[in-house]
Amino acid sequence: MTDYILELKNITKTFPGVRALDNVHLQIAPGEVHALCGENGAGKSTLMKIISGAQKYTSGEILVDGKSYVFESTSEAQNVGISMIYQEFNLVPHLSVAENIFLGRLKTKNGAVQWKQIYNDANEILEKLGLDIDPHKTVSSLSVAHMQMVEIAKCLSINARVIIMDEPTAALTDEEIRVLFDIIASLKKQGISIIYISHRMDEIFTISDTITVFRDGKYIKTLKTQNTNYDELVSLMVGQSIEKLYPDRAYQKGEVVLDVKNLVGKAVNDVSFQLYKGEILGICGLLGAGNIELSKIIYGATRKTSGSVIKDGREIKCKDPYTSIKDGIGLVPDDRKNDGLVLMRSVKENISLSSLKGISTNGFIISSRENTKVANVIEALSVKVPSPEHIVGNLSGGNQQKVVFAKVLQASPDILILDEPTRGVDVGAKAEIYQIIDLLTKKGKSIILISSDLPEVIGMCDRILVMKEGKIVKEVLKSEATQEIILSYAAGGVV
Amino acid sequence: MNNQISKKRIFNKIMNEYRSFAILAIILLFASIISRDFLSLTNIFNVIRQVSIISILACGMTFVILTGGIDLSVGSILGLSGALCAGTLSAVTSWSGSAFLGITAAILTALIVGTVCGFFNGLFITKGSLPPFIVTLATLTLLSGLLLVYTNGAPIRVTDASYMFIGKGFLFGIPFPIWLLVIVYALAFFILQYTTFGRRVYAIGGNKEASRLSGIDTKKIETYVYALNGFLAGLGGIILTARLGAAQPTAGSGFELDAIAAVILGGTSLSGGQGFVLPTVVGAVILGVLDNILVLMNVNPFVSDIVKGGVILVAVLIDRKFKNISSKIEG
Repeated sequence: MTDYILELKNITKTFPGVRALDNVHLQIAPGEVHALCGENGAGKSTLMKIISGAQKYTSGEILVDGKSYVFESTSEAQNVGISMIYQEFNLVPHLSVAENIFLGRLKTKNGAVQWKQIYNDANEILEKLGLDIDPHKTVSSLSVAHMQMVEIAKCLSINARVIIMDEPTAALTDEEIRVLFDIIASLKKQGISIIYISHRMDEIFTISDTITVFRDGKYIKTLKTQNTNYDELVSLMVGQSIEKLYPDRAYQKGEVVLDVKNLVGKAVNDVSFQLYKGEILGICGLLGAGNIELSKIIYGATRKTSGSVIKDGREIKCKDPYTSIKDGIGLVPDDRKNDGLVLMRSVKENISLSSLKGISTNGFIISSRENTKVANVIEALSVKVPSPEHIVGNLSGGNQQKVVFAKVLQASPDILILDEPTRGVDVGAKAEIYQIIDLLTKKGKSIILISSDLPEVIGMCDRILVMKEGKIVKEVLKSEATQEIILSYAAGGVV
Repeated sequence: MNNQISKKRIFNKIMNEYRSFAILAIILLFASIISRDFLSLTNIFNVIRQVSIISILACGMTFVILTGGIDLSVGSILGLSGALCAGTLSAVTSWSGSAFLGITAAILTALIVGTVCGFFNGLFITKGSLPPFIVTLATLTLLSGLLLVYTNGAPIRVTDASYMFIGKGFLFGIPFPIWLLVIVYALAFFILQYTTFGRRVYAIGGNKEASRLSGIDTKKIETYVYALNGFLAGLGGIILTARLGAAQPTAGSGFELDAIAAVILGGTSLSGGQGFVLPTVVGAVILGVLDNILVLMNVNPFVSDIVKGGVILVAVLIDRKFKNISSKIEG
């Protein structure tokens, strides 16, 4: 009676203070590629964790072949044929391909592992996928693309009928992506369904049959891929007109505040540029272009090997974060959980972390001074917290990011370096963060914005530098910036 | 419903942060039922005096563990500084003829030796980027070797009555080591709660990289923490030598484990970043009370370690259980 292999009804998942998923629906037909679309924080990853049994839901129902299941673990989901391939793979690097495929399920006879049969079986699965990988090879010697194939082989070995792929092409080359798509097509023919998550719109239109859009944890719409287009999809994802997302910039070119000359360091090769007062300068590039590394060198988080940085006419050392903060430079790091916050400590402690000198006398914290300062910045950035004593780790991504901003701002920098400032942040908070950035420049601060989110770079920046292989290859002004132009320089297609 | 959850949350919070107090209360109740002697003031002072040295070590250990580190060498530092203390005392007293000068020099020597040992631990750990476990395991062996060489395997006697007051004396009816204990913990509590140093200690233990990127000199703070730990071990050495009237060639061996056990019983997270100093002293008292009850019950002393180990296991199990519950409630 049911046409769907997997069906989710009214799934809700709440975290304290956050409703990550709100009455979400999803229907997966056999042999279809079903893409999930939504901005960061739309709830895709939570939903995937729930489907694959890695996380429990608060209420709702999951049906497989029309039968209701409650998964206590990922292995229970696998037993009914649902398997997930994570962005960071679940492989044991120093074991062989075959051992990884049959990890935890090695066939034994009287306690002895049947190696011959295992390698034969592995070979068979790999051949079925049309892959030329030696099952004896250790996984660590494989390319990223091949590791992914091993993951897919693993799914097949447990007779998966639904395979969830989370950003499968993030680290693949164009050629490897083509191979992956061929494999997906052959899996489809075998009646296996794929749930496909990607930020790359072109891929979604190439590979998917059906698209379901989520926004802020809510189900928005399910569409046939052939009946929709790019613009419709984006407006469904964003839920508001894009003009509103980015503030109107009123930037007038000011004096030079930062002059970077011939900077060389890890992944950065002879970079020179200038930053003007009140400007938002975007630096973008593909993965590994060196823009994130550049920001860390200027901040002193990694050492430069040569070159100089001159701020307000005075050379600064970029020796370590401590000196850089004193020199008036602040950094919002790209990896907020590992580099930005002490998740287990309170909002207050995190906010004060870079400005302990300002709230203390001779090393003694003046509580009243700290409380006022923290309360002020929480209000100014409208961070939504029950109290300043609340543990940061329990906040939503957007509020966590605002706490990082608050921390950096407490040290009153003149220049702010923002690495992926809206990664994993929901749309509402995104717009707020853009407002904050705009406001900061109006107060005379200058901003270096490093982001892989091209619409964000185009929407926010007054000027954009494109990097490739550690070098700046192009300067693009706001008036002429389009995604195509930036991408063509970043990828190096234009001479 | 909401009210119920928040009540439950508060209960779990108490169990999380002040679990050691609850365990101590249970054990005290149990002890007072078993033995009428237990609740006498003399006995209670006795127990606290017994654990005062371990408590002081555990205080420093709490700082170390809060930064996410561990220090296995405190027992050896204690032994060595105690011996150098005794040696300095007799040498300076006989050289200058002044007991006051002798005692001052002895105390300073012990504190400096302890601090320097801890400082070197910190240097190897931070500048050498070595795991604390390995560095302090090495210095544990190294320093206990030095202690044997210095003492030549024989105890160094101490006879000066005013020096022995530090370990045996009473001030306003309360044993002197307990005064020291109170001062150390009051200062430690204040440092962790109200100073920038304390903030940095918690932050480093919670997330070292984020702390570094926030402009904290993590290496400096960590080195200070190990130096502080060494300083307190030196203080422990002074008290132990004074209490025993001699510096033993094997003094302090095994103390590090009791100190770590006290910190764990106090609920401080071994991975760093979370914990408090006051529950640590309660953890040390729990260990002392257990010893004391077993003596009062005339239990074979060999059995006492078995019981102590068992209690630590149970405490950690309870810890895990409550952490799980509270994390479930909080998501």
